[in-house]
Parts: sequence; structure tokens; C-alpha cells
Amino acid sequence: MALSSEKIEMLEKTAWSIRRSVVHMLIEARSGHLAGALGMADIFTYLYFHTLKHDPKNPSWPMRDRLVLSNGHICPALYATLAEAGYFPMSDLMTLRKLSSHLQGHPHREWLPALETSSGPLGCGLSQTVGMALADRIDNGKASDRHFYCLMSDGELDEGNTWEGIMLGAKEKLQNITAIIDRNKIQIDGPTEDIMPLDPIGDKWRAFNWHVQEIDGHDFGEIDKAINEARLVTDRPSVIIANTIPSKGIPEFEGRFEWHGKAPTTKEEIEIALRAFPKE
Amino acid sequence: MIVMSKQIKNMESNNSNTELNIELKSMRVEFGAGLVEAASTDERIVALCADLTESTGLSDFKDKFPDRFIQVGVAEQNLATVASGMAAMGKIPFMASYAVFSPGRNWEQIRTTICYNDRPVKIIGSHTGVNVGPDGGSHQALEDIAMMRSLPRMVVISPCDALEAKKAAIAMSKTDSPTYVRLAREKSPNMTSDDTPFVIGKANIIFGGSSKPDVGIISTGAITYEALQAAKKLEEMGKKVTVLNLSTIKPLDRDKIIELARSAGAIVTVEEHQMAGGMGSAVAELLAKEYPVPMEFVAVNDVFGQSGKSDELLSLYGLDRKGIVEAVMRVLKR
Repeated sequence: MALSSEKIEMLEKTAWSIRRSVVHMLIEARSGHLAGALGMADIFTYLYFHTLKHDPKNPSWPMRDRLVLSNGHICPALYATLAEAGYFPMSDLMTLRKLSSHLQGHPHREWLPALETSSGPLGCGLSQTVGMALADRIDNGKASDRHFYCLMSDGELDEGNTWEGIMLGAKEKLQNITAIIDRNKIQIDGPTEDIMPLDPIGDKWRAFNWHVQEIDGHDFGEIDKAINEARLVTDRPSVIIANTIPSKGIPEFEGRFEWHGKAPTTKEEIEIALRAFPKE
Repeated sequence: MIVMSKQIKNMESNNSNTELNIELKSMRVEFGAGLVEAASTDERIVALCADLTESTGLSDFKDKFPDRFIQVGVAEQNLATVASGMAAMGKIPFMASYAVFSPGRNWEQIRTTICYNDRPVKIIGSHTGVNVGPDGGSHQALEDIAMMRSLPRMVVISPCDALEAKKAAIAMSKTDSPTYVRLAREKSPNMTSDDTPFVIGKANIIFGGSSKPDVGIISTGAITYEALQAAKKLEEMGKKVTVLNLSTIKPLDRDKIIELARSAGAIVTVEEHQMAGGMGSAVAELLAKEYPVPMEFVAVNDVFGQSGKSDELLSLYGLDRKGIVEAVMRVLKR
């Protein structure tokens, strides 16, 4: 069943609020990765406010779905989503990257047990997701109704470890894995197709025996359709290539690779960012 | 207290390993047997391998528990990260390869996804030391202790013989800690016995035991056999020697090491590993602070290995009984 217009409106409002939190967190922290965090806010919102089985009051609930954030540097979006969902107070967000904060610069599950894993070093998340799904299959067989999501960047497809995980996921036919690639076409040093060409990404994953879909990562209808289709695949894992706009929501910064790894810090940059996402 | 087995006592001290008329046992095979024993009572135990199942001793596990065995192919980074994911779901994964590849190639994955994540993954590094022999320097892991002991939370175990290897497998399976165990390729003599206690973090005196020895030798791994032969030779020369088998390199048995330094006043460490960052370094870090005494290090000194027979290589790099005796004589002059 397609999303109702009311539901889409709710999701859009939540995603906007998450983006606003991300911007304010990074301005306060004076560092962090802006572009990817803003680009993936819609997908985080859809997952946590529509489809994931999870319980903010009981983060270790064994039956929960698992969401592995492989590209840990976009964690401000995950933190803002978790706060929005009620895992911890919104006021904690302003402690990002500060001493003793549970919101570490890159996610560390020791500080924040609601995280499924620690990440930052790239290319490791998909294989951990594969390991989780394998363990689940040992315990529950194909009857398991847990789903395993891995959010990853396009840049980390440069990492060999990623492809090792892709091969094992396909070999083991782990149908309850859905990988979602943030296809924003930027990495720290420049456009992905200049630094290390990835296209045709979809054909590559298809050749590795994954079920492949490509969507607009800001369109809740398309996200919904792709996630549901992925859950119906029974003989292989799925990947959704989500085309996103880096720095989505701040027109002056959108699409520019320079915003991959930094926060607004100059007076002018902060003004631009706050114009798009003013304080309440 | 002398805890040497009868076999060792009856040996000619100038024999090399290959000439011995005693039974040699494989650490890898016995570790595998210990793992099967542990896994038969603990369903959480799973095993992963990177295309080296037979030669890392996991064949029996694979045959007995096919549903709990994961073959990841020649992909050691995947080995570590998949193991971490399985541990996240409550499994106790044992992951095996040659130590040069794991923890060599996948050190960062081990750091981030196993140690930083605090997952109880057990890493089996086989083919350590120069006793790997003919395969050559590329396959002789001489840096693994340094890499693993520098990681917070990681426990580092280095059995001296097949009996200890089997006990280590069982002991490791019962802890929540990330753990690395280094195993040798070559079969080696048993120096301990079935009833020698094996406790993670505890060292055992396996030769001597005088309250006032002239020198203390601290040894780890199969090369401990050379340390024992050196000790016998030194006793013939009128020196009182205590040999401490340090089968856990991290955490160190601080009390035993300090006690030995205090009673002997001179320490020689023996390991099939680079001098930099190895077991000797760990002992020196402790003693420099707690009880400084003259030390010598029998270890590989900043070079790579090469092809050859095991005993030829031990001799070439000064790791054999002769090299150990010389190190003892040096330390006694200081």
C-alpha cells in the first residue's frame, strides 16, 4: 500500500527537523561531515519513522531489525534521528564531538548502546551486516522476520572489504539484507567519477548477484516502494542505490564536494546555513 | 619445582628438533580438537575460515558443525568483519588464517569492528615464527604479537605446545574478550603434561625453581623447547636457571615476572618474533618500571625470514639453544 499524503507530510516534516538538528549540531561542534548527513536525512526518517522494527525505550530488544551505519561520518543524521525518535533527549545533540559526550565524532557503540556497531573507517559495515544475517539464519533459519539494513556511502565502494562482503552476501543468498547506498557522487577529494569511477554501479552489483533498484533518495514514495520490493526478494540480498543531493536543504552548498567533510564555521557560512534552517 | 615431561628429561641436549626420537604434536590440530570439544557444549561457538580450513586445524569443526562453519574465501578483511557481525548477534566466532594475513592484513578491521566494538571474537593466527620454514619470509609472521598486544581489550595467548593449544581453545571460548592465539606450523614436542594448569593470564615455571637462580628465562611459544635445552646446557655449566613459560602475553602475569626478576636478578626473553614490540618488549615495559634488572632479548632483530628448514632458521637468527645460552652469558656479565 502506498504511503498516504498525510504520512508523507509527517515524514517530510520530521526529515526537515532532523536536517535542522544536523546543521545546528555541526555549527556548535565546529566540525563534522555536513553534506552526507543532510543528504541521507530522508532515508533515516523513512526507516526509523515508518519501517524499522525498533523500540526506543528498549534499544536492545532482541527482535528488532538491525541498522548498520557503515559510513559512520554521517552520524549526525543518525544521532538526530535517534533523538527525534526518543532514544535520548534532543538537548544531548548539542554535545556532539565534545569531551565525554555519548555522541562521538564517529559512532562508538560503547558510548551509545543503541548503535548496532561502531564505524568511521570505511568499508566494514556491509560485512558486519552479512555476519549478523548469517548468525540470525543459524538461529532462526529462513523463517526469521528480522531484517538487516546497511547504510553505506558510494565513496566506500572504493574499499575492497565492501566487495568481499558483497560476494559473501550473494553466496549465502541472504535475502533479509537490504543495503542502501547514498549515491551523492561526492567524496572528500572530489566527484566520485573523477576520484575513482563507480558507474555503472547497478550493473556491478547485478553482476555480483544482488537484486538492484535505483531511486530518488528524497522521494518518500520511491523509498517506500523500493524497501517493500526488497523485502519480497527471496533468493538474494538487495541493494537500493539512492540518488541524493549532498547538503540537501542548503541551496548554496548543495552538490558541492567541498562540503563532504566540514561544518559551517565562518560567519558567512553560518548565516547561509541558518537561513535555510533557522532556530526555532 | 621441575615440571618437565619425562620425554624432555631423557633428551640429548645437543639434538635438534628434527633428530629427536620423540613424538611431535601439532598445535593446530590440537587447538582444533579443543575447539570441537568447546563447541559441542556451547552452541554459540561458530568458526570462520579464509580458504585455509585444513591447515588451520578447522576441518573437524567443519565436519561436525557444518551449519556453524562459514567459508569466506581468500578475504581476511571480510573474515574479521563478518565475525564481528556474528558476535553482535550473540555468537562466539573463532576466525582462522595464517597470521601474516590475519591479523596482518586485517588489523584495522580487528581494531575497529572487534576491539573498539568489544566483541568476543577469537582470532587464530597460524604459521607464526620462522619455523614455518620453506614457505619463506612472506609467510613467517614475526610481527603479530606487537600488532595484537597494542590493541586495547585484546588478550594475546601463545601456547608452547599442542597440549596448551588445546587447553587454550577451551579457555578462550569461555571469556567475553577479543582474543588472539598464535600457533606454529611445525609439529613440536609436548613440554607440559595433561595436568599442567592452563589459566589465561597465568605463567608457569617449567624448568628449575631454585629460590635463587642465576638467571630467569622467560619464553613463549614452541621455541620454549629451545629455552629448555639451553637451560639444561647452562645447568651443566653450573648455572642455576628458571624457565618461565609465558603462554599469555597479555595480560601479563605481573607477579610471576617480577618475582623471577627479583630472585634471579637477570632476565632473558625468548620468542619467535621481532624484538620490537614483542613479548620481550612487554616484559621490559613491566620490569623497567617495577623491578629493573639486566635483560637480553632472544628474538628476530629487525629482519625478515627466508626459506630453509626450521632448525636452520632458528640457528641463523640466533633463536636456538646456542643463541639462548650466549644471551644468558651476556646478561650474566652485566
